[in-house]
Amino acid sequence: MQSFLSARVTGWYAGFGRLGQLLADMGRALRDVRVWPGLTATQMRRIGVDSVPIALFIAVFTGIVLALQASYTFTGAVPLYFVGTLVGKTVMLELGPVLTGLALAGRVGANIAAELGTMRVTEQVDALETLAYDPVSYLVLPRVLAATIMFPMIVALAVAVGVVSGWITAVNLLDLSTVEFVRGLRLFYHFKDIWFGLVKSVSFGFAISLIGCIKGLSVRQGAEEVGRAATKAVVLGAQMILVLDAFWAVVLL
Amino acid sequence: MIVFHDLVKRFDDKTVLNGFSLEIPDGQTTVIIGYSGSGKSVALKHIVGLLEPDAGAVTVDDQVVHELDRDALTALRTHIGYVFQFAALFDSMSVSDNIALGLRRQRLPDGEIADRVHEALELVELADTAELFPAELSGGMRKRVGIARAIALRPRYILYDEPTTGLDPVTSAVMDQLMVRTRETYGVTSVVVTHDMRSAYTVGDRIAMLYRGTVRQVGTIEQIQRTHDPIVRQFIEGRPEAVDDAERAVEGVEP
Repeated sequence: MQSFLSARVTGWYAGFGRLGQLLADMGRALRDVRVWPGLTATQMRRIGVDSVPIALFIAVFTGIVLALQASYTFTGAVPLYFVGTLVGKTVMLELGPVLTGLALAGRVGANIAAELGTMRVTEQVDALETLAYDPVSYLVLPRVLAATIMFPMIVALAVAVGVVSGWITAVNLLDLSTVEFVRGLRLFYHFKDIWFGLVKSVSFGFAISLIGCIKGLSVRQGAEEVGRAATKAVVLGAQMILVLDAFWAVVLL
Repeated sequence: MIVFHDLVKRFDDKTVLNGFSLEIPDGQTTVIIGYSGSGKSVALKHIVGLLEPDAGAVTVDDQVVHELDRDALTALRTHIGYVFQFAALFDSMSVSDNIALGLRRQRLPDGEIADRVHEALELVELADTAELFPAELSGGMRKRVGIARAIALRPRYILYDEPTTGLDPVTSAVMDQLMVRTRETYGVTSVVVTHDMRSAYTVGDRIAMLYRGTVRQVGTIEQIQRTHDPIVRQFIEGRPEAVDDAERAVEGVEP
């Protein structure tokens, strides 16, 4: 038991050490402006644009379910236009950023970890180094920057689609007019509702991509370890989203 | 000149190199032979700073590799071509992009990059594969592209990590010819790591045997072929009674 705990603590220290080292290397790699900007644009398409369908899929169904559950909860007790309030607040503050983040932790985190892990075991990372490239400026920085920039954009799109989906559901299935839905939506609305979700999503993008890179580059041998790295990236990424979600709620609300 | 000075390298509790010292003379091809797992590739990776020694040092042109800062190491690497055991081509790039990547890093004009890519592919007789992707090539072709990628840099040194491993005899002979042609064409200093003795005799000027973490013997091909050292003889003649040595090689050595 003692050796197990000792190994875990040592593992955490090593993890923090790797994180600190990678962050320092990323700061240094920012100077390498001939390498990362072009690659960041490519990654923005791969990480961002290619993730839009799954984000929108989740947003559509979140909007539908929220509208129906709000109606079910409010029946008889609360005016029905509060459906708009609940859909708007919930999608903007919580479900838009968090559900999108969790989905992208799977898609983006696993993809980065598996790709970099495979490059590591096939010596492509070593080959990059021998060609005088810094793997941090070539592989890590573009992915982390792309995810950090694109996550809030995807979340903004998901929030908009979630609200529209809730509105369409309310109008068609709940006998609520557009005017009533919008009235509910504007009730208690603050501009902070928007930027709070976007700030969270910036941190989600940064954390998910960084975890994917660390896990991928930590792979040393074999396909099995690549698979394990991808799984760890998803699990740790999902955990970090929930931790960051709570952190921002405490700090900003 | 590349010099290994009493190099020691451990992985956890396994000591792979234990006082490995060797000089690689300029303009020659030095072949490092030894059992699988004996640390040949580990020694090679120290030359380009992919690994750091636990003790000792590798110097390239009198620069201690593991003491170089990032910029100096990057500058050094532009003078060294590295041919990986399994080619290590970037699978998301075409053959020509694989070769051009290192040239773009050196900020050469586009026209010169295109010329060098073409020339390197001509040398390895794969000019018609420029737009193919690594997955569309055979193992031997991938290794030749790996050589083209290294040659295109016009390096002072080329390091070959097991260039003929896993290839059929004919393709191995083609690889050997390529290495000889590369040295004759560009006059580069080469280090070849292999356990393929036919290849070692074809491409090498000098042969060093790595055994239990250190150099067991180094000499010209003739000296190695006439050696009386029983360990070296067993290895170069591939005698089955050396099986214990072959098995012990992967276990590392007593520090």
